[in-house]
Amino acid sequence: MWQILRQIVRTGIVTEPPPALDAALKDEVRRIHDELLAILGSALAIRQVDAGSCNGCELEIHALNNPYYNIEGLGIHFVASPRHADMLLVTGPVSRHMEEALRRTYDATPQPRLVVALGDCACDGGIFGESYASCGRVSNVIPVDAVVPGCPPPPLEILRGILAAVKMNPRGGRQAG
Amino acid sequence: MRFAELHLDLQRLSAPLPIWHARVDRAGWIAVAAQVAQARGRLLSVWGRSGSTGPSVCAAFATPEGLVWAELPLAGAEDRYPDLSDTFACATRMQRSLADLGGLHADHANDRRPWLDHGLWATAAPLATAGAPAGAAAGTLPADYPFVRVEGDGVHEIAVGPVHAGIIEPGHFRFSVVGEKVLRLEQHLGYVHKGIERRFTELAPLQAYRLAGRVSGDMTVAYAWAYAMALESACGTSVPERAEWLRALMLERERVANHLGDLGALGNDAALAFGLAQFSRLREDWQRLSQRAFGHRFMMDAVVPGGVAGDLSLSLRDEQRRQCDELEREVRRLRHIYDEHAGLQDRFMGTGRVTPELAARLGLAGMAGRASGQAVDLRHDHDWQPYRALQARIATQQGGDVAARVALRFDELAESLRLIRELCARLPEGGVAAVVQLPGHAVQGAGWVEGWRGEVLVALSLGAEGRIERCHAHDPSWQNWPVLEHAVIGNIVPDFPLINKSFNLSYSGVDL
Repeated sequence: MWQILRQIVRTGIVTEPPPALDAALKDEVRRIHDELLAILGSALAIRQVDAGSCNGCELEIHALNNPYYNIEGLGIHFVASPRHADMLLVTGPVSRHMEEALRRTYDATPQPRLVVALGDCACDGGIFGESYASCGRVSNVIPVDAVVPGCPPPPLEILRGILAAVKMNPRGGRQAG
Repeated sequence: MRFAELHLDLQRLSAPLPIWHARVDRAGWIAVAAQVAQARGRLLSVWGRSGSTGPSVCAAFATPEGLVWAELPLAGAEDRYPDLSDTFACATRMQRSLADLGGLHADHANDRRPWLDHGLWATAAPLATAGAPAGAAAGTLPADYPFVRVEGDGVHEIAVGPVHAGIIEPGHFRFSVVGEKVLRLEQHLGYVHKGIERRFTELAPLQAYRLAGRVSGDMTVAYAWAYAMALESACGTSVPERAEWLRALMLERERVANHLGDLGALGNDAALAFGLAQFSRLREDWQRLSQRAFGHRFMMDAVVPGGVAGDLSLSLRDEQRRQCDELEREVRRLRHIYDEHAGLQDRFMGTGRVTPELAARLGLAGMAGRASGQAVDLRHDHDWQPYRALQARIATQQGGDVAARVALRFDELAESLRLIRELCARLPEGGVAAVVQLPGHAVQGAGWVEGWRGEVLVALSLGAEGRIERCHAHDPSWQNWPVLEHAVIGNIVPDFPLINKSFNLSYSGVDL
């Protein structure tokens, strides 16, 4: 146990002191953190749905949970059920095989709900396009509120996209609970 | 085994690894499989072709001497070929996919249920269809999949997916359990099938490396390299030495990034959130340097036909060496903590066990295979540059459980850091890309690369007019998904995420 504690102490809080090289990046992360907190007040629950991606976007969403971006520290967390979610974060071109599952996930998400299409494929079909097996962009299947392009978008862009979606939504000024 | 014993008309492809192509008849098809099996070789992949030369079925066999790509041409209306699943268990799902995509069926195969086809496409056998198949038809529901039922006192089913609880690719798992104990697991995949192999034929050969790099996002370097190797071997392109070294550097960086991610996630799945925090921090540092050195956090589109997209500066090369030293110190400390943590070891030891015997019988591949005593690693087994110069060492474990797969990742991480340091120290000077000249006649090539998950294969056929006629990409997950069904038997349901993560198989890479 003391080894773990020693490692924790040795590591310190990496979210805070930015290495000189990444100063601009760190400032940006902090600004987005502050804005999100100001808007949300309490918390945002996200249900992520892979509707056909190559898994690249998922890895960058995972990165949001690392100590640098520390998304859970903001009260933004990923939930296991669409019934607990405020936002659907959808990746991939929608494969024909995931079309119905995506639609049902959307239907199961309580209103008001936000849908963010994440990554080039979700925005416009990406390199996979539309075909016998791919329905293309997410908005071909469910309504989309905001898009985050990139292949895959880096974590900072994902944070920006989430912020943009929350800001544009009329319910954005939700009271702190 | 000697190739001469196969009595085949073998044609050597100009790839950096030994790869041979041969046309066979039905008797030859069966004989090659039997001889490879007898010599303890492996079946790597089964796929189909159609096109100017008529339909044919292909199989790739890996032997200690190299790879044999056997091709069995079928007469015009013939849509059957001899079943390989009796000799190689891993053939079953690949043959089922071939039936779905190419309309070619294995004779007398035991399992003929559709695999990739969920009954929703507007076109049957889309790869065998001339012209573009009709687009996705909306409004129909997937066909019921005939799962095998387990019956008995107190037995019930747990259905999971396709939308899982976590941030993970979609697939369906059907557990038959009694109490908490898993009696049987049956997988149903194909949910992220997005027509990749069809899409290849619509792209220009010099551009399609981008699609190859998106077969499976976490193996983008391995696939892009395999595709580039296939195209270069088809076109007889000779790649500058520096480019090959930079490719290996990226491949090892990809391996390290994924092992770091997995080690953190495995700690987390066994309730040590500390592990996730530490390893995900290291992974982030690692990815940021990849971005600066190669222009992308995953190094997507950095390997291109003929070489690599950009050169590496001296300062970024030195920074990578320093990062390796630093990372090695950190990982050594964390490994000690993992090894000494009783709670972690309690969850890891004996969980999701695949014995070396079972692994050999079922053809468990790649990293998971090496954790079950299967000493196969292309970087070590074949003379290809720069791995020959660096004398890459193979890591194996005998335990076959989650603990072994964790230990193997630590071992491989250390070796990759050594390789990266060597690659940086001895990086040859020179250009980083050659011009790829497409030949004006039909030609084929293959690429074979040891990715972090295991070996990937890209088999490419170009038509006379310089278009891609067929491009088949194979992921080691084909071999390993069925073995996961065995690894889970007798374990408890809550250990499934841990076992699943310890294999970390690709969905996109097999659904294609």
